[in-house]
Amino acid sequence: MWQFQFMQHAFETGTIVAIIAGVVGYFVVLRRSAFTAHAFSEIGFAGAAGAFLIGIAPIWGLLLGSTTGGLAIAALGKRAANRDTQIGIVLAFSLGLGLLFIDLYGYSTGENAAAAYSILFGEILGISLSQVNITYVAGALILGGMALIYRPLLFSSLDEDVAEAKGLPMLILGIVFLLIVAVAVSFAVQVTGVLLIFSLMVTPAATAQYLTRKPQWAILISVLIALAAVWSGLFISFPTIYPVSFFITAEVFIFYLIVRFLYPKIRPVKIPRGDIRNEQTARVMNNMTGKVSVDKDSR
Amino acid sequence: MSIVTHEAIAQTSDSRLISAENLSAGYREKIVWQRANFSFGRGEFVAVIGPNGAGKTTLFRLLLGLQPPVHGSLKIFGADPRRGNPQIGYVPQRHAFDSEMTVESLELVRLGLSGKRWGFNPFSHTDRDAAWAALEAVDATELAHRPLGVLSGGELQRIFLAEALVSNPDILLLDEPLSNLDLKRETELLHLINQAVRSRGVTALLVAHNINPLLPHLDKVVYIANGKVATGKPSEILTSESLSALYGIQVEVLRDPHGNVAIIGVEEHHGDMV
Repeated sequence: MWQFQFMQHAFETGTIVAIIAGVVGYFVVLRRSAFTAHAFSEIGFAGAAGAFLIGIAPIWGLLLGSTTGGLAIAALGKRAANRDTQIGIVLAFSLGLGLLFIDLYGYSTGENAAAAYSILFGEILGISLSQVNITYVAGALILGGMALIYRPLLFSSLDEDVAEAKGLPMLILGIVFLLIVAVAVSFAVQVTGVLLIFSLMVTPAATAQYLTRKPQWAILISVLIALAAVWSGLFISFPTIYPVSFFITAEVFIFYLIVRFLYPKIRPVKIPRGDIRNEQTARVMNNMTGKVSVDKDSR
Repeated sequence: MSIVTHEAIAQTSDSRLISAENLSAGYREKIVWQRANFSFGRGEFVAVIGPNGAGKTTLFRLLLGLQPPVHGSLKIFGADPRRGNPQIGYVPQRHAFDSEMTVESLELVRLGLSGKRWGFNPFSHTDRDAAWAALEAVDATELAHRPLGVLSGGELQRIFLAEALVSNPDILLLDEPLSNLDLKRETELLHLINQAVRSRGVTALLVAHNINPLLPHLDKVVYIANGKVATGKPSEILTSESLSALYGIQVEVLRDPHGNVAIIGVEEHHGDMV
């Protein structure tokens, strides 16, 4: 399958997107900004549809749409990323706008269904060389940006009040992060599509959180899960007629279920001695109080 | 850094680390309290008490440089308060973390030291060692690798205290660290705070609802009520005369044989008999 140029492009783009989505996704999950990330992708839908209409690559429309959305949400002020209502209102309008653009595009070409489908569900097998190159540049910028703001961003995500008192520029930090999310989402949409964006931006990071308590390891695991899903998705779908996005979505979901529900039962137990003693004491005491109350009742 | 600090200490040889003159706080259209005068020296343990909404947290916001004074002057080491002053360790009033928060406590303490720095340096051992020492100081090393989301209120307060102490501040601002703690945890935490204050020579301001558990440790009390601020030794402030003057109505301060106080005559009294 490597002789096909489109597969090479798909692997390159998929790899970069998995890495940036795994890294950025960790903070999206930590800051409870999943809805914001989804909103960016749907605002990006309007942008991508507009790009189709005027005949440029959809990624430019996605970038324009999602970064505008990012700045607008940042302008709403502190902790605006949690303003579900406002975000939802903008999101509905964006989807409607995207629909209009797709429809207009359809009148001129008769291909509206294909265009809409590729934006909504991803078109990783149709990525051009120039798009691959842009993805490399964006990936480098995002990773560089994340490395630069890593500690202040982590601090402000865990302990906003103290981070603010310590003099961190919270507003700028928030805006920079939202813009990074917007760009990361725009590129991830190429792989998963607008509607399946969570499969790379949220699920791997959410899964990683259950596997480690250290942020740097969680980010690494989140990247590995995203990478594994993209690569194996491409491999599995290649000989079949089924879409890559489906396999990516299904794999991260199954892995999430395993980690969330099966892993706690098979996890190697690492309880320090003191804790075991306390647990035993607690159990003994529960038994004792249980007995006492039974005795009282019987009297 | 340390040289600057020592010079600053030398300048304030009368040991007035924090001093306020004719200080008013709030906003132009709504003054919260006014004409406060107080000064705290190095290593003093100060309780800040008063009814809800009296402006206790406002005092902290002034000291942290998050809000400017409306009138008067407030000096820390002789300088105006500024946001991000490394001499201040701050424990805001907070509730627990989301139970889904799996990040370990050590990470939060570490960020108390290096969270301000740009760049990516996840494997630094100096940070980790300092964080570990801070956890030792609050007797919480066994919590180091526990997720923040599963810690109890008392355990979290110890982690927050370590997070504030890790940068070796000269001033500790603790906003209601004792709320929602049972009597045993309250005593334990107070003991730890007192130890940190005495062994490090830190000046601690602690907002509390109940003054009684604090009384054995306190050097001073800041009582904020009725738009006014009274400051002094607990024995001077917690009297019927001074509190009546503060509230502007007749208030009775009762004492039991153990020295516990109860304040009678105000709707919300903050020294419950134990």
